[in-house]
Amino acid sequence: MSPTALVTQVDPGPGLATLVETGRTTGAEEVLFWVLAPIMVIAALGLVFARRTVYAAMSVVLVMVCLAILYVAQEAPFLGVVQVIVYTGAVMMLFLFVLMLVGVDASDSLVETISGQRWIGVVFSLGLGAVLVGVVLTARGVAPRGLEGANADTNPVGVARVIFGDYVFALEVVGVLLITAALGALVLTHRQRLEKRMGQRERAEARVAEGAVLTPLPAPGVYARSNAMDAPALGPDGRPLDSSVPRVLRVRGQERSVADVAARPIDGTEHLIEVDEGLGEVPGTGSTPPERGITGEEPIR
Amino acid sequence: MNLSNYLVLSAVLFTIGTSVVLLRRNAIIVFMGIELMLNASNLAFVTFARMHGDLTGQVVAFFVMVVAAAEVVIGLAIIVAIYRTRRSASVDDANLLKS
Repeated sequence: MSPTALVTQVDPGPGLATLVETGRTTGAEEVLFWVLAPIMVIAALGLVFARRTVYAAMSVVLVMVCLAILYVAQEAPFLGVVQVIVYTGAVMMLFLFVLMLVGVDASDSLVETISGQRWIGVVFSLGLGAVLVGVVLTARGVAPRGLEGANADTNPVGVARVIFGDYVFALEVVGVLLITAALGALVLTHRQRLEKRMGQRERAEARVAEGAVLTPLPAPGVYARSNAMDAPALGPDGRPLDSSVPRVLRVRGQERSVADVAARPIDGTEHLIEVDEGLGEVPGTGSTPPERGITGEEPIR
Repeated sequence: MNLSNYLVLSAVLFTIGTSVVLLRRNAIIVFMGIELMLNASNLAFVTFARMHGDLTGQVVAFFVMVVAAAEVVIGLAIIVAIYRTRRSASVDDANLLKS
């Protein structure tokens, strides 16, 4: 028996049979498909149901990465790489940029402008899905030919032969389209400046003109038990200075009063406070008594 | 596994993309639904290329990707321009031509 006859007798086995011979994919590809397909469908449904826009964007990214893996499994490695670079890398990141620009919390309103639109949409989608799946299932009888011949010189080379051979004019047109799109985006997002730009000098002059505070605002108070930002400083007249506390804390109502941070007597020295208070007001220590004492509660402005 | 499983998956993804366009109000999410539909059709193109042993399907999918990239750039620029003037990204609020 000659060696060549021996080779022809070897059966490649069910796992190694090619697509052309059996009309079916390999077992490994089948496993890959059944792992990725549910993930893709669930992630795509996340786009329908996600309340937060960023979650929707991330689920679309997941769908696109899974699609790239499927492309590589389907003998299209060039498209798989392009899918990752163009879609996941460029398009979805552009989406995320615009999300950050427009506002992440821009959520949907739940009010229907057209009554029953939701149910009509669901019915139409299900009908379209049924039609599409029915049409696609008619392709079940087609005997697949596989891409072994077309991909003989690696897939990118084969794709390049088709693009720069049969479709070179379409490629030129697409190049023009891309440049037009870039220019269009520049024009659409450009904003004409209607008035002169406010620089540092203009701001300073406007502040002087309107008589606002020219100096820096006073720093927060430093006390024996606290030097935090929420404790107001005391002015020369003994009143707490509201402007020494950051505005954000005042708006939130997180400003502390001086009474909260004032020194508390240690155990066993309470009688000294009474002695202190018994002295009463010392005459001649100031023409304007404080409206609010340092121990009183002050309203939050 | 028959190759038509890929086509069924593509049809399902296309349907989900359609329902996103029909059901959601946020213009950016509607846009992502359109992207999903384009991706689903690309998967069908790649599968067809493999079925027929012809790389033209992959080339068409490549062109779809390029055109989709250009479309996303313009669409997102329009959304940003509308948001600047209307402070809203909802498709229901862009009704200036109505009354």
